[in-house]
Amino acid sequence: MIPIDLPTIWAFIIAFAVFVYVVMDGFDLGLGILFPLFPKKEDRDVIMNSVAPVWDGNETWLVLGGGGLMAAFPLAYAVLMPALYTPMIVMLLGLVFRGVAFEFRWRTTRERNRWDIAFAGGSLLATLAQGIALGAILQGIHVSGRQYAGGWWDWLTPFSILTGVALVIGYALLGSTWLVMKTEGELRDRAYHLSWLLLVAMLCAIGIVSIATPFLHVQYTHRWFAWPNIILTAPVPVAVAAVTVMLLRSLANKYDYQPFFLTLALFALSYAGLGISMYPYIVPQSITIWQAASPANSQLFMLVGVAILIPLILGYTAWAYWVFRGKVKAGSGYH
Amino acid sequence: MFEGWDAVVLARAQFAFTMSFHIVFPAFSIGLASYLAVLEALWLWTGREVFINLFNYWLKIFAVAFGMGVVSGIVMSYQFGTNWSAFSDKTGPVIGPLMAYEVLTAFFLEAGFLGVMLFGLDRVGPKLHFFATLMVAVGTLISAFWILSANSWMQTPTGHALNAEGQFIAVDWFKVIFNPSFPYRLVHMVLAAYLTTALVVGAVGAWHLLRDPHLAGPRVMFSMAMWMATIVAPLQILAGDQHGLNTLEHQPVKIMAMEGHFQSHQHGAPLILFGWPNQAAGKMDYAIEVPKLGSLILKHSLDAPMAGLDTVPRENWPPVPITFWSFRIMVGMGLLMVGLGLLSLLMRFRGTLYNSRLLHMFAVAMAPSGFIAVLAGWITTETGRQPYTVYGLLRTVDSASPLAAPAVASSLIAFIIVYFVVFTAGVIYLLRLMAQPPHHGEEGPRSDVPARAAGITPAAGAVAEGAAR
Repeated sequence: MIPIDLPTIWAFIIAFAVFVYVVMDGFDLGLGILFPLFPKKEDRDVIMNSVAPVWDGNETWLVLGGGGLMAAFPLAYAVLMPALYTPMIVMLLGLVFRGVAFEFRWRTTRERNRWDIAFAGGSLLATLAQGIALGAILQGIHVSGRQYAGGWWDWLTPFSILTGVALVIGYALLGSTWLVMKTEGELRDRAYHLSWLLLVAMLCAIGIVSIATPFLHVQYTHRWFAWPNIILTAPVPVAVAAVTVMLLRSLANKYDYQPFFLTLALFALSYAGLGISMYPYIVPQSITIWQAASPANSQLFMLVGVAILIPLILGYTAWAYWVFRGKVKAGSGYH
Repeated sequence: MFEGWDAVVLARAQFAFTMSFHIVFPAFSIGLASYLAVLEALWLWTGREVFINLFNYWLKIFAVAFGMGVVSGIVMSYQFGTNWSAFSDKTGPVIGPLMAYEVLTAFFLEAGFLGVMLFGLDRVGPKLHFFATLMVAVGTLISAFWILSANSWMQTPTGHALNAEGQFIAVDWFKVIFNPSFPYRLVHMVLAAYLTTALVVGAVGAWHLLRDPHLAGPRVMFSMAMWMATIVAPLQILAGDQHGLNTLEHQPVKIMAMEGHFQSHQHGAPLILFGWPNQAAGKMDYAIEVPKLGSLILKHSLDAPMAGLDTVPRENWPPVPITFWSFRIMVGMGLLMVGLGLLSLLMRFRGTLYNSRLLHMFAVAMAPSGFIAVLAGWITTETGRQPYTVYGLLRTVDSASPLAAPAVASSLIAFIIVYFVVFTAGVIYLLRLMAQPPHHGEEGPRSDVPARAAGITPAAGAVAEGAAR
């Protein structure tokens, strides 16, 4: 009989939740980042309407990531959150601003721009904070006993700034390819144009982060380049190259629906690369998933719920997207 | 702004501040989601236009309030880790799964169907749309179930053990979830949410009736809300009394603080109506009290002995003045609600429900009473269980994150500024929506879309839907 390793299963579940969050809220935040580039009110209304019916379902995956982490790996949650204190607070406040903008911008009779600024600024701040948090985790966190033992500015390094900027570029690309898929006419043409620029920027960002990461810790270098690991890790950059070629082709041929999903594939590969670097640590170089895991009966209790409910959730979420499928036309928004 | 405060006090201030802002939105949207489901059901059943107008009217308000609840709620789910990391590490294995179940069974359900509920009537047709509304309403109730279970476990922990790492672990999940105070707290809170919403709906109805007593929509919503106040407010007093007796059994020190009983009484304790709790001196100043009534209420006997805070070591005392006064504010609001319900019943039998200016002005004044009562009630229960986060087992000072005070002070200031800006704007938008009476052909939460055929009925809607296919 194959022994079932609950912490590994839960590591994959949490990783899955975070990835679904990136898939769903990435384009959503990306639209906010791109907002200043679309100054016309009609364009902004279409952009908002393309995501209004689904945005808070998207953000629920972030709550699952946080809540799931506390439940399945309480030690990791207890160490990571204080270590990332400032980026986390900034992310939460950014999400407050952009979240309320979805309703508020339709409710104000004057100065509509104020909530448009809140939407754009909040989205940018939240994304930057998420990227910085990721970099801060990768570069390692000072732990003593069962607690975070560093200062409240440890997260701020050139590397974490780099990952922050990289994520802003990535989400913006998701946003622009989403617009390519969901809009028409001049708005779509502009989104195509932006997608080209953002794709080039994203490839540069992936390249720089990939080169910088192995220099953080010798373990990362070993994980990627030592024999025989390289047999397993080499396909990742090869796949990135292949997806990039397909993405360039789909942009050139104006296949409206492909660029978004191919961008998601790029994210999935980058995410897999991240997993390869980190596993089996949940707090890199100090706490493994087995050390951080809650007792088996807690993980098992939740696993039952996850096994039944996640497929159900994915089902009705897909239905909600299906209801609001197709191109969003100007003036025929949901608002 | 907060120089000289220690990090734990700041973290508590931040949690109290963000929680207080958050709780009013779920309290309102739990009740409003159920009300919307009732309105849509009545529309489908009777086909009367007034119900779909009211539905669309309150749906716009729901959309704004729900959005504010979501964003302030995401803050709460991360604040356990950022500011209470020691608590999270120790209790994560027990309350983490309860909160994870809340996300899986409630938040996704609400969020997944919210979009269809808000914007999808034309796309999915009335029946499926009603299902979506129902799922959102059920989601809010499931959410209350799990979060109150987690909170109640912290108040009256059962079904757990400690492991070698000093973490709480579950031994019996059933006992963890259905811990002794949970059923009482759940009933008390859900009734509070329903009352809060009813009082807002009633106030809005009354506001418009004051201007024009013939408006169809305001008449219907006012009448429905007053039935709720008449029936639910007395039930709430009953539920609160039972909850109090449960607290006396499991958290007697909290009751001592609520009642202001610094001294023990061997032959019947008085009921202190008002007074100024002097925590330092350990006595009640300027007390106005009724002899022996305290024992009668809590022990159902005039001469029953009651222990006071003098039997408890001082380091285990909760802050008595806050607990004592917040409890009185809550009870006062509850009594006013019962009064409103009874007055409306009288006017109803006299046939002046829609014409009594006195009743309408009373109802308008009571608009915020539900929110005040909810906040005061939560302050009572959360302050009264201090100095513990897990009652009797884990102290608040041992629960906080190892953060420097300036870090917490900065975030607290940021929260205060952002929340005041954002939520002030939100409340203004809500009041602006409520200031308009619901009218013929009321639209849902959309502003720049050509209106649907006014006065759509379920049958016509179904026909239109069929034709569209």
